[in-house]
Amino acid sequence: MLHTHGFQNGQTSVSAVVPMLRLENVHKTYGRGANQVQALRGVSIDVMPGEIFGIIGLSGAGKSTLIRCINLLERPQAGRVYIDGVDVTDYKGAALRSMRRQIGMVFQHFNLLTNRTALGNVTFPMEIAGVPRRERERRALELLDFVGLRAKAHRYPSELSGGEKQRVGIARALASEPRILLCDEPTSALDPETTASFLNLLKDINRRLGLTIVMVTHQMHVVRAVCGRVAVLDQGRVAELGSVAEVFDAPKTEAARRLVKEAAIGA
Amino acid sequence: MLNQQVLNMLWPALWETLYMVAGAVFFGHLFGVPLGILVVVTSPGHILPNRFVHRVLGVIINIGRSIPFIILMVAIIPFTRWVVGTSIGTTAAIVPLSVAATPYIARLVETALLEVDLGVIEAAQSMGATPWQVIYKVLLPESLPSLVLGVTITTISLVGYSAMAGAIGAGGLGDLAIRYGYQRFRGDVMLYTVVVLVVLVQLIQMAGNFIARRVDHRHPSQ
Repeated sequence: MLHTHGFQNGQTSVSAVVPMLRLENVHKTYGRGANQVQALRGVSIDVMPGEIFGIIGLSGAGKSTLIRCINLLERPQAGRVYIDGVDVTDYKGAALRSMRRQIGMVFQHFNLLTNRTALGNVTFPMEIAGVPRRERERRALELLDFVGLRAKAHRYPSELSGGEKQRVGIARALASEPRILLCDEPTSALDPETTASFLNLLKDINRRLGLTIVMVTHQMHVVRAVCGRVAVLDQGRVAELGSVAEVFDAPKTEAARRLVKEAAIGA
Repeated sequence: MLNQQVLNMLWPALWETLYMVAGAVFFGHLFGVPLGILVVVTSPGHILPNRFVHRVLGVIINIGRSIPFIILMVAIIPFTRWVVGTSIGTTAAIVPLSVAATPYIARLVETALLEVDLGVIEAAQSMGATPWQVIYKVLLPESLPSLVLGVTITTISLVGYSAMAGAIGAGGLGDLAIRYGYQRFRGDVMLYTVVVLVVLVQLIQMAGNFIARRVDHRHPSQ
């Protein structure tokens, strides 16, 4: 049922493979004059096909802005965004929308439609893309089955728990058969137990579909649990980038050390 | 008691009121809903930000809302005549009632749509929704309970406004109360008219509340 996009299981052979996502010297500034905030000051990141890439940082580090620059919900003032080798930075209108359909997104506060059932939420992206009704309902039910919520297909979000809502969010994000899945603080509103089962689902999706996943979070244990590589974002810059083990076990920068320390206290 | 003579006056007056109010609710929303949507989507940080359009529409709505109805009704007589061919009568009254209701409805629609969580709008955009899809698949359905209550408020206000339409010979319950009840000292006619108006307003509010509850899934129902 669900498409596999050719790449499997975090095999990141560096040289021959085109990065699924490349951010090149991305800058983003809000406001003008004295109120100006430099959210991103030259961020460059390559995410390889099939990997789960973490972006970690304290609040205000620019994480949310960065992940929104990938599908251009925020437009960078300078720098380029490449999806699978194609420069999409200047995409507008129909080209932009069709690019966005290839990138699923999961949100901290789920952002489900309150007046649609779980099923209605999962069919929504397909409805937008013009998939015929029968087809989208069949696929939505398969996806709800995949995330373990088929029995609650006809429940409204207000009748679901936080963990269940996030599973609907995942099913919805997968509905358009994306090549990249963006997760913006997906576990921040979940309790520890729900977080663990959500992360297992994420790993399962990555393994079974070979989906490239980019996850922004401030929770170090979340990165440890699922990510292969991680970038530490600090004041709009990448302070450190490497495998999770490298970065967390031997942090080289002050920003990374601070995160490790906070996690030790927090946990 | 409620005799045949009074009933013979009440029935047509009730239908005149319902006819005027229904017409004005329809045409008021025909113009007011798009206006309200436009004000919201052009606001800063929304899906089609446009400072100029947003400000101009805001000013137009405020002007419309600040003109007293009785003056508006007289002032737009040429327009009314152009639209329905006459400036007198029940049908003619629908024109000023609709004109008065339009900016009122636009504000109610604006308030309702602004309740929709920006995160949900962002989610739709991240899926590649067009602005039009965001409007009719996200903004309107998500704010439906508030929109229904807005229609209710508008309808009840129009029942009140329609009483003034007697000034241009539109008839209706308010007109009956003024001409018979007040000017001819028919206390019984006055009383029955007011009772009918009270019942009418109650029924409209109850229907509105009922429908709004039925379409509201924002909170657990059980």
